[in-house]
Amino acid sequence: MSRFLRVNMTDLTTRFEDVPEKYQHLGGRGLTSAITCAEVPPTCHPLGPNNKVTFAAGIVSGTAAPTAGRLSVGGKSPLTETIKEANAGGVAATKLARLGIKAIIVEGQPEEKGKFWVLKVDRNGAQLQQASDEWLGKGLYQTYPLLFSEFGKRAGIIGIGVAGEKLMANAGVCVNDPENRPARYAGRGGLGAVMGSKRLKALILDDEGGSAVPIANKEVFDAGRKKVADALREHDITKPGGTLNTYGTSALINVINEAGALPTHNFRDGRFSGADRISGETLRETIQKRGGVGLSGHRCSPGCIIECSNVYPNADGTELVSVQEYESVWSLGANCGIDDLDVIGELIHLCNDYGLDTIEAGVTIGVAMDAGLASFGDGQRAIELMHEIGRGTPLGHVLGNGAAVTAKVFGVVRCPVVKGQGMPAYEPRAIKGIGVTYATSTMGADHTAGYTIAPEILGVSGKVDQFIVEKADMARSWQHTTAFLDSTGHCLFIAFAIQDIASGFEGMVEECNGVLGTNWTVDDVGRIGGEIMAMEREFNEGAGFTRAHDRVPEFMTYEKLPPHEVVFDVSDEELDRVHST
Amino acid sequence: MITLDVRLYATLRKYHPDSGEPIPVQMEDGSTLGDLFNALKIPRGEIKAVFVNGRSAEDDHLLSDGDRIGIFPPIGGG
Repeated sequence: MSRFLRVNMTDLTTRFEDVPEKYQHLGGRGLTSAITCAEVPPTCHPLGPNNKVTFAAGIVSGTAAPTAGRLSVGGKSPLTETIKEANAGGVAATKLARLGIKAIIVEGQPEEKGKFWVLKVDRNGAQLQQASDEWLGKGLYQTYPLLFSEFGKRAGIIGIGVAGEKLMANAGVCVNDPENRPARYAGRGGLGAVMGSKRLKALILDDEGGSAVPIANKEVFDAGRKKVADALREHDITKPGGTLNTYGTSALINVINEAGALPTHNFRDGRFSGADRISGETLRETIQKRGGVGLSGHRCSPGCIIECSNVYPNADGTELVSVQEYESVWSLGANCGIDDLDVIGELIHLCNDYGLDTIEAGVTIGVAMDAGLASFGDGQRAIELMHEIGRGTPLGHVLGNGAAVTAKVFGVVRCPVVKGQGMPAYEPRAIKGIGVTYATSTMGADHTAGYTIAPEILGVSGKVDQFIVEKADMARSWQHTTAFLDSTGHCLFIAFAIQDIASGFEGMVEECNGVLGTNWTVDDVGRIGGEIMAMEREFNEGAGFTRAHDRVPEFMTYEKLPPHEVVFDVSDEELDRVHST
Repeated sequence: MITLDVRLYATLRKYHPDSGEPIPVQMEDGSTLGDLFNALKIPRGEIKAVFVNGRSAEDDHLLSDGDRIGIFPPIGGG
C-alpha cells in the first residue's frame, strides 16, 4: 500500500499518510501538480512558508517498465511564479517507488536561520537530522561523496547545491546517477531554491529491504511493457545503436543548425559557425579518440534501454563531466558563441557542482554577454561568471537568479524568456510550433512541455512545415500527451518511438492500467493530460497570469532572425486558441 | 553544371570520406534532390530529413547552383 510522506519543516516532524482516493490514479507530474493546486495558495511567495515542494515517482516507476526512472519535483516556481514540475533521471524515482512512497510533500519553514537539515527515508520510516557543516557551502562533487560515506553508497540522494542554499531562482534539484555522480537534474524553474528556503539540503532514500511496486493486473502490465520495449528497440531513434544511443541528444546540434533555428549569440542568429565542432558527431569522435573513462551510450537511470547519456573525458582520458547533452551544449556553447567542448564541459561541470540548471545558466550568460559583461565566445570569462554564482557575490546573485533578472538589471531588451524562464535550444522565429508551446505552456518557456520539433523538424509523428503559423492545435495536442507521459514516470524520449509505433503507445496505457487497475484507452491520454494542464492553468490564473503572459518576448516580433530573416508572426489569436477549446 | 554545398551528418558520413567537412558536388542543370541521393549512393531508406538552404525539402525538389544541402538519418533528442 503506497503512502504519502509529509515533512513539516516548521516543527521538524514527519508523518506517513494514506493516499486520498482522489490521488490514487495519479503519479509524477499529475500528482505533484494536483498536490500543489490543492495545498499551495497561488499567490504565496515561492520562498515563503506557504509554498510546498513535492517529490513523486511516476505511475510505473520502480516496475519492470523500460526507461521509466523519472522523478517529478513540483511546487510554485521562484523563477516563473507559475506552477512548476521539473523531472530528472537518476536513481531516486525507483527507490522512492520501492519504498512504497507515492509522494513526499515538504511544507513549512524553520524559524531558525543558518541551519540545514537532511531527510533520511528507509523501510523503517523517516527522520530529519541536522546537516553537518561539512556538507554545506561547497560543490556537490565534494558534498555527495561525503553523503555517501555517511549514508551508504546505495542511497538515492535528492539534493541542492550552493545555489539552492543561497535561494537563487536558477537552483535545480540534483539526483545521483547510477555511478553516484551529482549529475541528473530536475533543473528548470528553481525548485532547488524552494528546498533551500525550507533549509532542506537533501533527501536520502535507502530502499534496502524495500518491496516490489504492487501491480493490480500483471498480465495487462506485462503485455504493455513488452509493447513499449519492442517499440523502443525497433525505432531508429531509440533502438540500441540508434542515433540517441550512438550520438546522444547532441545529434540535434547539426539538425537544428541546418534548419536555421539554433539560437546563437543570445538569440541574434539561427546558425552557429562552430556548430559542427560541438555536435553529437564531434562529441562521439572525441570520446572515442580520447578513450579513458569516456563513454557514449551511458544509462542515466536504472531500467533505461535507450541509454543516451555520456561520460566526456579530458584529453588525458580522465573524467571531465557527465553529461554533455544537447540543451547544455547549446546553451553554454552556441548561445554564448563558445565552440570548444572542453570549455562547455567545464561549464556543465560547474552547473552540476553549484546546483544550477544548465539551460537557464547558458541563457543567462548569453544575456550577460549581450550586456557586455563578457565577449561572445570568451569561455574563460564565462567560467569566471559561473564562479561568481558559486561564491555568491552580488553579481553572482544577479546571474544566479536567471536570464530575466540579469536582463533587467543590465537593461538588455533582447531577453529570451517566457514567464521569466529562459528559452531552450530552438528558435521560435524559425520553428513556429515550438514558439507556441513556449508561449502557452503552464511552466514558462519549456520545449519538453510540447515537443513539436518532432513533426516540424525531425519527421517524427508526421511532417509539418516549420514556418506554418497555424500551430495551436498541434501545440495543444503535444502538451496534453506530454502531461500524461510526464505522469507515467517514463522518460519523454519514449515519445519518439511510441508516436510513430501505435502498439508502443497502447503499451504505455496498458502498463498504467496494469499498475493501477484502470481501464484507460489511448483516447484517454489526451483527456487526462488536458485535465492536468487545466488544473495547472487554474493555479497560474490564481497567481495572476493572463493571456497577456502567453506571448514570446517582444523583440522576436520585430527583430529578424538570420539566416531566414524571419520574425515570430504567430498571431495572438492563434496563441490564445491553445487554451480556448 | 551546378555546384552544391552538401553536408552529411551522423551515420550518413560513412558514405563519403572526410565528410565531416562540407562536400562540393557538381550536378547537371535540372537535377533534383533524388538525383543527388543517387549520385552520392546513399540508400533512400537511410535518409530521414533533408534541408535545402535551411528549409525542409522533398526528393523532387529542383536544385540550384550554390544550394546548401544538409542530409540526416533519423535523429532525436531534446
